[in-house]
Amino acid sequence: MRKIAIYGKGGIGKSTTTQNTVAGLVELGRKIMVVGCDPKADSTRLLLGGLAQKSVLDTLREEGEDVELDDIRKLGYGGTWCVESGGPEPGVGCAGRGIITSINMLESLGAYEESEELDYAFYDVLGDVVCGGFAMPIRDGKAEEIYIVVSGEMMAMYAANNISKGIVKFAASGSVRLGGLICNSRAVDNEAEMIEKFAAKLGTKMIHFVPRENDVQRAEINRKTVIEWDPEVSQAQVYRDLARAIDENEDFVIPTPMEIEVLEELLMEYGLMQAA
Amino acid sequence: MATATNTKMVQWDPADVKAELLKKYPPKVARKRAKQIMINEALENNTPEITANVRTTPGIITMRGCTYAGCKGVIMGPTRDIVNLVHGPIGCSFYAWLTRRNQTDPGPDGENFINYCFSTDMQEQDIIFGGEKKLEAAIQEAYDLFHPKSIAVFATCPVGLIGDDIHNVARQMKEKFGDCNVYAFSCEGYKGVSQSAGHHIANNQVFRHIVGENDEVKPGKFKINLLGEYNIGGDGFEIDRIFDKCGITCISTFSGNSTYDQFASSHTADLNAVMCHRSINYVADMLETKYGIPWIKVNFIGAESTAKSLRKIAEYFGDKKLIAKVEEVISEEMPDVMAAQTDVLTRTKGKTAMLFVGASRAHHYQGLFNEMGMKTISAGYEFAHRDDYEGRQVIPNIKLDADSRNIEELVVEADDSRFRPRKSAKEIKALEDAGYKFKHYDGLASDMDKGTLIIDDLNQYEAEKLVEIMKPDIFCAGIKEKYSIQKTGVPMKQLHSYDSGGPYAGFKGAINFYQEIDRLVGSKVWSYMKAPWQEDPQLSATYGWE
Repeated sequence: MRKIAIYGKGGIGKSTTTQNTVAGLVELGRKIMVVGCDPKADSTRLLLGGLAQKSVLDTLREEGEDVELDDIRKLGYGGTWCVESGGPEPGVGCAGRGIITSINMLESLGAYEESEELDYAFYDVLGDVVCGGFAMPIRDGKAEEIYIVVSGEMMAMYAANNISKGIVKFAASGSVRLGGLICNSRAVDNEAEMIEKFAAKLGTKMIHFVPRENDVQRAEINRKTVIEWDPEVSQAQVYRDLARAIDENEDFVIPTPMEIEVLEELLMEYGLMQAA
Repeated sequence: MATATNTKMVQWDPADVKAELLKKYPPKVARKRAKQIMINEALENNTPEITANVRTTPGIITMRGCTYAGCKGVIMGPTRDIVNLVHGPIGCSFYAWLTRRNQTDPGPDGENFINYCFSTDMQEQDIIFGGEKKLEAAIQEAYDLFHPKSIAVFATCPVGLIGDDIHNVARQMKEKFGDCNVYAFSCEGYKGVSQSAGHHIANNQVFRHIVGENDEVKPGKFKINLLGEYNIGGDGFEIDRIFDKCGITCISTFSGNSTYDQFASSHTADLNAVMCHRSINYVADMLETKYGIPWIKVNFIGAESTAKSLRKIAEYFGDKKLIAKVEEVISEEMPDVMAAQTDVLTRTKGKTAMLFVGASRAHHYQGLFNEMGMKTISAGYEFAHRDDYEGRQVIPNIKLDADSRNIEELVVEADDSRFRPRKSAKEIKALEDAGYKFKHYDGLASDMDKGTLIIDDLNQYEAEKLVEIMKPDIFCAGIKEKYSIQKTGVPMKQLHSYDSGGPYAGFKGAINFYQEIDRLVGSKVWSYMKAPWQEDPQLSATYGWE
């Protein structure tokens, strides 16, 4: 089983990209579990057809210790297991602690056992690595491959660089490695070139470039992944390609995050190319 | 063995002892600790500077406690009719449950919650989803069960980490009840460098939420508050007995054997007498600024200090009858004290003590030891600031570091309607001209001999080393030090909780203390710490191949 965590700046499209990529992997015949690590519990909406499911933490709170695996996971598109960690409402409690608790719960209930015959476990993690709880998926070998969703916008790249710092920290003591950057395009000037250069500086590669396409939005309105909504549209093929790239990926590195000045130089270089 | 006590007055040079204590440390730690170990010069008001109230170096086993301990345990714990509700996991509440041995008279109303242990018992779910609702429910439950006048909420570490707004919950519950004052303390254990931060936080909230709530003027001609007396082992009972005998009315004690109403009406007293300067000087200052009540430093530990403090109070009021009554009480009490003193002196004279406790006890108890002919050869505080060592005159020169700035400093102004100077400027001046000192504390250093060692924030390693080199006849500190010291064969007396003894304050307390120390330093049991075969092997053998 390959254990993959998807990180990236808030709002960059982690959940959308993860679910669409998972749909592509399903087409390749892979058995997958998606674990949403976001208190909003909206990481599996497209795979489940919008069905809100009860989160691990809500179940734990209501049922006490008497929890079964089937209370907290639900079958979604193509036989994918969908789990939402859940968490507190905004502004109270500790969401990070919640993620730790719910991943431990999944483990103790045997969600990762060989008998489950999983090819992939995906963690879709809220925002930046803000505290220990949000780093949980990359600690202790919970996730071994990280993909960072990024765009050519400065703050997205800044977040990606920061997440890489987190990976470096945990890579030293564990097996976690960076698998690559997924560019979810915001139609910024020279975006693909810039992200490729950025990836190279991080010691990794841009594993795929996902162009901006309204079909993604249309599929989301229909509570479906693009592949399920309309397998014929061009964007469906983009996600198939991304899925295949991840499936075939063998380049796993400890990233080399850069100083903020170097990052800004990169932005200057590619931003000014257009102006010139 | 029999000669042990006679042979041990080995003369050590304090500079050598200091060097020996520092020898094991890495250079950076040694530099820092060197500033906290002072060889006393005994120069009045001009002692060398000591570093205090700074972070303990990680890895050092400190004697200090946490901010929560200072706030909930020390200042707020002894008040009997406030429900002290700890918001946090159960351990913080359980281990702070009656462990300080502050005693309480349940009073005529019998409203006494001291025996209870109130906690929200936070679980992992409360950490994740936030504990405010659970806190609200706990406050409601306490109110429904006991209908207390007041509920105090204390934050433990996790509460601060997850950001529960305990002050808002307290405010809402106070409004909801209408007849119960609810307030909260952000006294998370990790704040500040020691329990001292917790004292300050407690002082602030007591002053903000309780003092001045009841304007009713209690009967009594000479009304004082006793600040910084915590009724450990019944100390406060003995002091109250003496006050009663003298005709002095104690409106409020902060906070031994106290009640909510005492705090609420403390602003009606005419003098504040401060025992433990460190833990309560903030309230004393604020009572003076807002209500015009002057404060003086007193000390009821030791018979001489007790007599001196009573005379000081009487002199403040300047009433001839009171002055005469105080003298009468002193002369009534002293014969018993002197008889006990004479008895123990034959055995205790010339013996030595070390005191590492609190931020007033290590000073106050030296008087008691002096009365027994015992010399304090080394002393220090756990959580004092520089003024407790060097005297209040250094306060303007104390550099506020980030840890101290982190603790709120209340800004208080004179109350529009209730500020009333208790003495006119002329009266104050007349007293001062006669040598009377208001708002004055000389600190520990000026009362200790030249060449003694004053050590701030002593730790386990240094304590054992110090005992090994200087071989005191008794060592006084807290529970954490008790057994490691006793294992070295030196008797140990706890001066936080008094072990199972007390009271040691006032006249009767002094007699108790003489007898207790006489018993401890005279006991033969300490000479049996080593088994006979460790001292004097009867058999010796060699291995066959040797």
